[in-house]
Amino acid sequence: MKDLSVNIAGVEFKNPVMEGSGTFGSGMEYGEFVDLNRLGAVVTKGVANVPWTGNPTPRVAEVYGGMLNAIGLQNPGIDTFIARDLEFLKKYDTKVIVNVCGKSVEDYLDVVERLSDEAADMLEINVSCPNVKEGAIAFGQKADALYNITNEIKKKAKQPIIMKLSPNVTDITEMARAAEAAGADALSLINTITAMKIDIHKRTFALANKTGGLSGPAIKPVAVRMVYQTAQAVKIPIIGMGGIANAEDALEFIMAGASAVAVGAMNFHDPYTTVKVIDGLRDYMEQYKVSDIKELIGCVK
Amino acid sequence: MSKIKETAKVISQEKLALDIYSMWIETGIAKEAVPGQFISVYTKSEARLLPRPISICETGDNSLRIVYRIAGKGTEEFAAYKEGDRVDILGPLGNGFPLTEIEDKCSNGREDQGLILIGGGIGIPPMLELAKQLKGKVTIVVGYRDADMFLDEELKKYGRLVIATDDGSVGTKGNVIDAIKEQGVEGSVICACGPTPMLRGIKAYAAEKGIEAYISMEERMACGVGACLGCVCRSAEVDDHSKVNNKRICKDGPVFKATEVEL
Repeated sequence: MKDLSVNIAGVEFKNPVMEGSGTFGSGMEYGEFVDLNRLGAVVTKGVANVPWTGNPTPRVAEVYGGMLNAIGLQNPGIDTFIARDLEFLKKYDTKVIVNVCGKSVEDYLDVVERLSDEAADMLEINVSCPNVKEGAIAFGQKADALYNITNEIKKKAKQPIIMKLSPNVTDITEMARAAEAAGADALSLINTITAMKIDIHKRTFALANKTGGLSGPAIKPVAVRMVYQTAQAVKIPIIGMGGIANAEDALEFIMAGASAVAVGAMNFHDPYTTVKVIDGLRDYMEQYKVSDIKELIGCVK
Repeated sequence: MSKIKETAKVISQEKLALDIYSMWIETGIAKEAVPGQFISVYTKSEARLLPRPISICETGDNSLRIVYRIAGKGTEEFAAYKEGDRVDILGPLGNGFPLTEIEDKCSNGREDQGLILIGGGIGIPPMLELAKQLKGKVTIVVGYRDADMFLDEELKKYGRLVIATDDGSVGTKGNVIDAIKEQGVEGSVICACGPTPMLRGIKAYAAEKGIEAYISMEERMACGVGACLGCVCRSAEVDDHSKVNNKRICKDGPVFKATEVEL
């Protein structure tokens, strides 16, 4: 019997595999393909205090080994989210991590407080979306702003909080240390990398927003490096993500120091990617006679 | 109606016109599909990670046909598939045309003048299965760039075919609306698929005539199943799912009443 369970900030996950916020909705659509009970957690798409319309289209574009998106955090607002999405997830034996976004500190706090008594196991604070003009990444690119918002949210949050970090910074460890110092319970990284694609036939930007976030296998080596650097810099647990397509990729993140991993863009390539990663982790443990996956976390120094 | 992701077998591949290909695929998706739905087709390269959404042109017992345009490296790969090759597909996706509602609207009209099906360019293929399945008098209006046409012979079997070409080499010179006016096409309900400027023209034409138009929209997609919110369109009213004026083309569409969406 292989032990795939991991513990992050006191929350016990049956396995270390979840999906990246925004790539899976709240699981309703992908639940037609994947048994959500098998996932370590469902990480929901970012939710704000009120509905957000998001950006104009085109919002997505394919690039070699990845994709760009500039959805702009379209979401139905916390009221609908609680009544519909959280209610739906109650049917499943999996942990629920709610991704929270906002334009101001007050927006974030509003959502965090609304979730106090709801069935959310952890909150992931999105301070790293590159596609909205206000809030989000503005809090994730300056250490003092990140410290401040983390500190404010920690005062109100009933659940453990995960700060989702942006790779669009000079030194990821400076951000990680600021979040840890302010009381963050865990970190998740990386969010997408700001990028651009030009449509040479139309002589315009591929995305209406001009820039978008790059995700997919193309960013994996950058993400593994950042997870490793962060793991050396802080003591709090890390959820690693960025282009994970299979168990081998997931193991790189785990060995670099991630306690759990998230599958993002590759859900679009294959809706079964998450469960294939779980099965592949078990196969690896059989092959190398590893009884507990926790032995592998950060094993590469 | 359940969605199927499978590795299906290519039955045949045929070039219909410049860059336009027709592929029959053996798949159980055919049994579930209604006209106007689409499938996601996956390339064999992980470097091209997003599926290509392609409308269903025709369905058989255990097979379906897609007619598609080579628009890049992904569709170029599909065009090279031969009989017996394998292709990963997911579907059926989207809502499709509401056949009963359309037929009811037609017969309850002031005077049943029949249906007008309109296809522009690569929006023509879904009109074939729709024309086959709809009962009643059908006029099919199609728009091409020039005389390098496709599916025209097959469409003729299911109704009066009216053609527009950009260069005037066949039928009316101009667009599908020009052809409708010039060739005296009348109808009580419109079903259309094609580029956004064409759909915009049809929306205005339907409003002017006071008839219902069902339009099938397209947009760059990522997941194809309604999760990522990549392919939204502007809706006239606040959408019940999104709680904003956005509808998901892949899930709530691709077929909408023209009055439901802003173009």
